[in-house]
Amino acid sequence: MNFEFRAIYWREMLKFFRFKSVLFSSLIQPVMWLAFFGLAMSDSFDKLTSLVPNEAGVPVVDYLSYMGAGIIAMDVLFSSLFGGTTLMFDKKFSLLRETLASPVPRFHIILGIGLSGVTKAFIQTFIIIGFGKLIGMDFFEGFTLAQTITAILGIMLLVAVFTLGFLFLSGSIAITIENPEGMQSILTLLSMPLFFISNALYPIESFPDILKLLSMFNPLTLLADGIRYFALGTNFSVMGNHYVYTTADIAFSFMGLIFFALTMLSAAMWRFNKVDI
Amino acid sequence: MTGNVIEVNNLEHSYGSLKAVDNISFTVKQGEIFSFLGPNGAGKSTVINILTTLKKLQKGEARVNGYDVAKDSKSVRRSIGIVFQMLCLDHEMTVSENLEYHGRIYSMPKKERKERIDELLKLTDLESKRNTLAKDLSGGMKRRLELARGLMTRPAVLFLDEPTVGFDIQTRMRMWEYLREIKREGTTIFLTTHYMEEADQLSDRISIIDHGKIIVTGNSDELKNTLGKDLIYLETSNNKTAAEILRSLRSVKSVTEDTKSLRILIGEDVTHVLPQIMEKIRGEGIDITTVNIKKPSMDDVFVHYTGHELREGDDKEKPQGKETAGVSE
Repeated sequence: MNFEFRAIYWREMLKFFRFKSVLFSSLIQPVMWLAFFGLAMSDSFDKLTSLVPNEAGVPVVDYLSYMGAGIIAMDVLFSSLFGGTTLMFDKKFSLLRETLASPVPRFHIILGIGLSGVTKAFIQTFIIIGFGKLIGMDFFEGFTLAQTITAILGIMLLVAVFTLGFLFLSGSIAITIENPEGMQSILTLLSMPLFFISNALYPIESFPDILKLLSMFNPLTLLADGIRYFALGTNFSVMGNHYVYTTADIAFSFMGLIFFALTMLSAAMWRFNKVDI
Repeated sequence: MTGNVIEVNNLEHSYGSLKAVDNISFTVKQGEIFSFLGPNGAGKSTVINILTTLKKLQKGEARVNGYDVAKDSKSVRRSIGIVFQMLCLDHEMTVSENLEYHGRIYSMPKKERKERIDELLKLTDLESKRNTLAKDLSGGMKRRLELARGLMTRPAVLFLDEPTVGFDIQTRMRMWEYLREIKREGTTIFLTTHYMEEADQLSDRISIIDHGKIIVTGNSDELKNTLGKDLIYLETSNNKTAAEILRSLRSVKSVTEDTKSLRILIGEDVTHVLPQIMEKIRGEGIDITTVNIKKPSMDDVFVHYTGHELREGDDKEKPQGKETAGVSE
C-alpha cells in the first residue's frame, strides 16, 4: 500500500493556510451568506408564509434553518467546483511536471487533491453550523448528544462524498482546459443550473414538472436533503410544505452522491491519463 | 557499481512523419558527465524525455540504472533525478518546502528527508535561504534549488535539460562548479546543451547530435585532435576560387566557406603549409586580406562534423509538443 497521496494533500493544505486572503475569504463567505442573505430572506419569507396554515402536530421550521442546510451545500459546491483550478495553474506553470515525472500514481494526485478539498469543506461546514446556531438556526433542535453526534457524522459523510465528486469534475476540466478564462466560464456555466435547479434555497414543490424531475437528481438537492434529514429531523414543515424524510430518502441521497462521485472519478482518471508533459 | 548507467540501442522516435530521433545508440558510464551537444530541435529533449519515461519509447531499447525504460518505468523513476529545461518550482513554497515536497512524493522517511535537505542546502549554498519563498530567489538560486531537488533521492543519474539556458556567463560558470561538485560526490550526470563551452568545459564525454542522429562521440580533446593541431582562417578577395585552389592541395584536408572567411583543416605542420598555401593563392591573382591561425575549438569540431554552425534560434523544425509557458524571471 502506498500513501503518496499524503504528499499531495500536504502541499494543498500548506498552501491553503499560506494564502491568507484565500483562507480568509473562504471562511468569511459562508458567514456573510448566512448573515446577510439568510437573515434578510428569512424575515420576509417567514412574514409571507406566516398566514399559510401548518398541519397540526407537525413541527414548524423557520426559513433560516431550512436555508442553512442549503447554504452548506452551496458553499461546499462552489469551493469544490473551483477547487480544481489549482491543477490548471500547476499545469500552466509546469509545476505538475515534477509530480508527473515522479513514481506517484496519477490516482494519488487526484485523491490527494480530493481529500484536501474535503478537509476544507469540513472547515466551512463547521463554520456555517457554528455561526448559524449563533444567529438562531434550529439545527439539531431537541436532539440528545448522541443524536447530535450521529447527525454531524452523517452530514460530514455526505459533504465528503459530494465534495469529492465535484473536485473530480473540476479537476478533469482543469487538466483539459488551457486558460483560466475558459475554466472560469465553464464553471460559471455549470454552477448556474446546479444552483437554481435545486432545493438549496427554496422548496421545489411548486417547480414545473421537468425542473422538479431534474432537481431530484441534482447532487446539490441530494446533499441539501441529506443535511436536512440529519439536522432538522424526518418530519417538519417549512413555509407550508410538509417534509417527511424516510430511510429510503436518505439512502437515495447517499447512493446518488456516491454514484456521482464514482462517475466523476472515472472521468478524472480518464483525463489524467491523457496528460502528456 | 561500475559500468554503464545508461544504455541506449537503436532508439527512434517520430512526431508524425518527422523523425526527431533517428537510430541513436550510446552508453553513459558510471560517474561521468555526459553531454548531448546540438542545436534546438536536434532531438536532445526527446531523448531525455524517453530516458526519464516522460515520453513513451517508440522503437529501440533503453536501460537506465539497469532498468528497462519501456517495461519498468517505476524503477527507472526511482533511480533518477531530473532538472527540467523550464523552471518548475512552486513559487509559493519556501526553499526547504520545495525539497520537502519532493522527498514526500518519493516516499522518503521523515528523518532521511530532513538530513538530506540539510546536506543539499549546504551543497548548493542555499542554507541562508531555507525559509525564503522560491519566488524571491534569483534565477541562479532557483536553478540551484532545482539541482538540490533533483538530488534529493540520491539518484543514480541526474538528467539536466539545458541547465543554464538564459543565464549570464558568471551564473553559468557557477552552475558548472556545482555540477562538478555533484560529480565528485559520485552522481552520474547526463545533460543536453547547445552551449559549446558548456559541453567542452564540463563533460567527460560529448555526443554531437544533429537532425536526430549522433554525429560523433568522444571527449573534448579527442574531438578537437581529429581536426589536427592547428586551423587556418583566411580572408581573400575571392573566397570561392581560393577554396577550389586549396582543395586541390595535398596538404589541405578540408576547406569550409564561412560568411567571410575560409576555414582550412590541414594534415601537416602549419609552419610548412601556410607559406605554401599563401604562395599558391597569390599566384592565381587573389589577394589575401587576413590570416589567422588558431587551435581547434568545440565550435570548429561542431562545424567540421555537422557542416554548419550551431546558431541560437535555429529551432524552426522543433516539434515541441505541447510545451507550456515557463516561469521566467
